[in-house]
Formats: sequence, C-alpha cells, structure tokens
Amino acid sequence: MRGQVSRKTILAFIGPSVIALAVIGIAPLLYAVWTSLHFYNLTKLRQVRFIGLENYQTVLTDAAFWQAMGRTFLLLATSLPLQLALGLGIALVLHRPGLTLVKTLTRLSLVLPMATTYAVVGLLGQVMFNQQFGVVNQLLGQNINWIGNASNAFAMIVFWDVWQWTPFVALVLLAGLTMVPGEVEEAARLETSNWWTILRHVQLPFLMPGLVAVLILRTADTLKLFDMVFTLTRGGPGNSTEMISLLIQRVGFRVFDQGLASAQAVILLIITIVLARLYIRVFYKEV
Amino acid sequence: MNRTRRSLAIELALLALVILVCVFPFYWMVTTSLKTQVVAMQSPPAWIFTPTLDNYRQALFVDGVSRTLLNSLIIAVSTTALAVVLGVPAAFALARFEFRGKKDLWFWFITNRMISPIVLALPFFLIARHFGMLDKHITLILIYLTFNLPIVIWIVTDQFRGIPYDLDEAARMEGASQFTIMRKICLPLAMPGVAVSAIFSFIFSWNELMFGLILTRSEARTAPAMAVSFMEGYNLPYGKIMATSTLIVIPVLIFALIASKQLVRGLTMGAVK
Repeated sequence: MRGQVSRKTILAFIGPSVIALAVIGIAPLLYAVWTSLHFYNLTKLRQVRFIGLENYQTVLTDAAFWQAMGRTFLLLATSLPLQLALGLGIALVLHRPGLTLVKTLTRLSLVLPMATTYAVVGLLGQVMFNQQFGVVNQLLGQNINWIGNASNAFAMIVFWDVWQWTPFVALVLLAGLTMVPGEVEEAARLETSNWWTILRHVQLPFLMPGLVAVLILRTADTLKLFDMVFTLTRGGPGNSTEMISLLIQRVGFRVFDQGLASAQAVILLIITIVLARLYIRVFYKEV
Repeated sequence: MNRTRRSLAIELALLALVILVCVFPFYWMVTTSLKTQVVAMQSPPAWIFTPTLDNYRQALFVDGVSRTLLNSLIIAVSTTALAVVLGVPAAFALARFEFRGKKDLWFWFITNRMISPIVLALPFFLIARHFGMLDKHITLILIYLTFNLPIVIWIVTDQFRGIPYDLDEAARMEGASQFTIMRKICLPLAMPGVAVSAIFSFIFSWNELMFGLILTRSEARTAPAMAVSFMEGYNLPYGKIMATSTLIVIPVLIFALIASKQLVRGLTMGAVK
C-alpha cells in the first residue's frame, strides 16, 4: 500500500530539515519572546531585567508602530491594484496570437525586474530620482524633490514596487491564460467579441489560482519589505516611508532597544501567522 | 485589413513600451557606472559622454568589492547546497509517505516563507553576538536556510508528486529501500525541479541585504551590504555605486534568464505551472 512506511524511515527523511528549521527558525523566535519580556537595551546591558508585558503595553499604545503598520498596508493597497491592472493588461496582450518574436523578447525583459537585487533597485532609485541630476526629472521636464518630500517619496516607493512586481503578476496571469483550452476560447470568441465577457466568464476561472498566489505572496512580501526602502529613503523623510520592518530595525539597532523591538516583532509575527492561516483557510483547500 | 493593421501597430507600441520600461533602469545603471564623478553629477544628466572603467577598477581593487562578491558567492553556494541536501529527502517524504502531522508540517513550511526576516534578525543578532558568530560566513549560510529550505521543499515536493507511483512500486517489489528508490529512481526524474529550486535559493541568498547588513562587518561582508555602505556622507560616489550594483546584478540576471521558463513556477512555489 501507498504510504505504509515505518516511523523510523519517515524520521530519517524529514528529521534533518525539521531539526534545522527548528534550530534556526524556532529557537530564535522563542529567544525573541524572552527578550520582549525584558528591559533589554544594547547600550545598558547591565540593567537587563524582567519587566513582564510592559514592552507590549508600549507597543500597543505606540502611535509610531501603528502608523508604520498602516503605511505598510497603504503601500500594499496602492501598488497591488496597479500591479494587477497593468499585469492583466500585459498578459492579455502577450496572450494574443502573432508578433511572436517581439513577445518572446517582452517575456524575457519582464524577467529582469523581479530578479533584480532589492538593494540595487533602491540605489538605482536614488540615482534616477535625484532632484538635480536624476534622469526622471529630466524626462519629465520638472524639478521635483522626490526623496526629500514625504508624499513624493512614498510615490517613489510605490513606483519601484510596481516596476519590480508587475512583471511577476503579468507572467503569473499569462500562465493562467494559456491554461484555457483552445477550443473553449475559440467557441467563446465565435459567440462574442467583447473581451471583458470572455475574460469574466471564460478566462477568470483559470486565472484564480494565480490571483490567489499573487495576493498571498504580495501581502507577505510587503510585510517583509526592507531592503529596497532602506537603500532608497531609509524610511524618510521624517518617517513618511518607514515600513514596519524598517521601524523594528531602527528601534532594535539604532535606538538599541532590543526589548521593545522584539515585542514589535512578536506582534508582527502574530499578525503574519493570523493572515497566513486566514488566507490558507480561505483559498488553499487542498493538500 | 486596415483595422487589423492598426491594432497590430498599437500592440507593437505597447510591447515596445513594456520592454523599454523594464530595461531602461539597467541601461541607466550601466551608463552611470561608466561616468566619471563629474559627469555623473551633471545637471541635466549627460546621455553622451566618454565612458571610463575607472569606477570598476576603483570598486574592485581599491575598495575591496571583489572580496565581498567572493563572500556572497561562497555564502549563496553553500546555503543552496545545504538546502538541497536537507530539503530533497523531506520533499520526498511529503510527496510519498502518509504520516500524522503532515498538514501541520506543511503549514509550518508555508509560514516560514511569510515570516518577516526582521523578526528573526533581532534574536539571531543577539545569539550570534553571544557565541562570537558575528561576521562569519557560516552564520549567514545557516540563517539563509530559513527561506531556502522551504523553497526547495516546496518546489521539489511538487516535482516528486508528478512522478508516477508505479515506478516506486516496481522497485520495491525487487526489494529496494525507500532511500534507494528516491536516489536511483525519483531523483533523476525530479532533477528539473531540484535545479529550479537551487537557482532560486541562489538568487534569494545572493540578493539578500538585511541579514548581511546586521550580521556582518568586514570579514564576511556581502556585496549588497558593501554597495549600501558607499551611501554614507555627502558627496556620494554615484558612478562607483552603480558599478558595484552592475557587478551584483549581472549574475542574477543571467541565472534568471536561464530559468525564465520556470521563474513563475518557482516564485509562486509551484502554485502556478
């Protein structure tokens, strides 16, 4: 029978990676919980002491924490719809027959942004969006202060996020479109020439798995976002682009308050796990 | 005829625009890396200038970017190898065996992909500091496993599931152990998935910045962390920063183009074929 294998064999196969992930993934988390229950400042290590839930109280009533959280979700709410709209457009054009060579070239170009090192995207942003010698202002014929102005800086982060991840959405949706059986699509095209009707009733069911994956992964990646924003704005000006990961990094390594930062991290972890469970319960019925 | 021609022209224009937007930043990066500091700071920016390789010479041989590239390479290759060695048997078990807690295990792997690295970076920093493990290659090699292992397990599990079970059965009739079945029968057939997962874990490790920034200083400094350290002070060496960026990005772009057909599958962890 399938799957009738002794316990020992199973342990031999999964044991090594479970142990590895427990040591590097779970033990540090437990240590973070321990730290979060202490007054733990890197500059005052002699004064480390147990303070119970005080750090958590501070976090829950801390405007900066919830603002950073809000900003992170605002970024998601701004860039994801743009990525979906642009990505769908690109996928639909690529799905049309003809122009094979140009389309192959386009598909290859789409691969480039998403493979690019996040940190390099941030550095490129600094160079291209510089007020005096940036190419973006030159092309726009404007003299916009991108990096020094709060809402401009946020728009710039949205731009780069959209630049980097629209190709991902486009290729995922294109993969979905090619799953539609040729006969079904042809039959539908005989009935109507309205692309929206075809999209809504014929293609959408095949796009669903991809859309779900995009939603889950984009949410997770936005909550994780650090490198690109750090190199582009360091969270500034002020803290107008300080995403949740940047806030925790600043509190832990610039303010040196490891206790408070750990409490923030634990709360972020809880939010992530709740979201992951929710998403998986709603969307992933199989496995 | 006229109408199809027009729509074809529009389609061509749209595609050209997409290509341009995707590629232009790289064009700008490379050209800026070939500018002297004076030209790089010109306003408005120069499109035509005499290129120089000075920034590359300076970055590689004076500032030691070559060494950080080597560090990045050592770290990315080691963590990828480790992830494959540990992950492939686990993937085989998830695809082939039935056992209690399988669902929980799978969920645990999925959440590992979603956890923000900063959550791990805080305790890892304190632990590494306590054990004198800061600025060591092995520290990054291990911590990168937190995202590489789930990637390998996921993609390879998916690949193993696609291999007909009859093959296992036939081999078992002849008395082969599960380990032999994995190694001799399933693994050769699963090689495409293994290769893709390896390329992914290489790209993710090579591209990573935050852990590199927090856990290394000089000995094990990674290339992205080095590039960022040029950003201190007022008169930023933009040409040199772009030269370093170019050196970092070129290998991953080559890898990504090689795996371009599998990229979507890898990034969605097999959810989309």
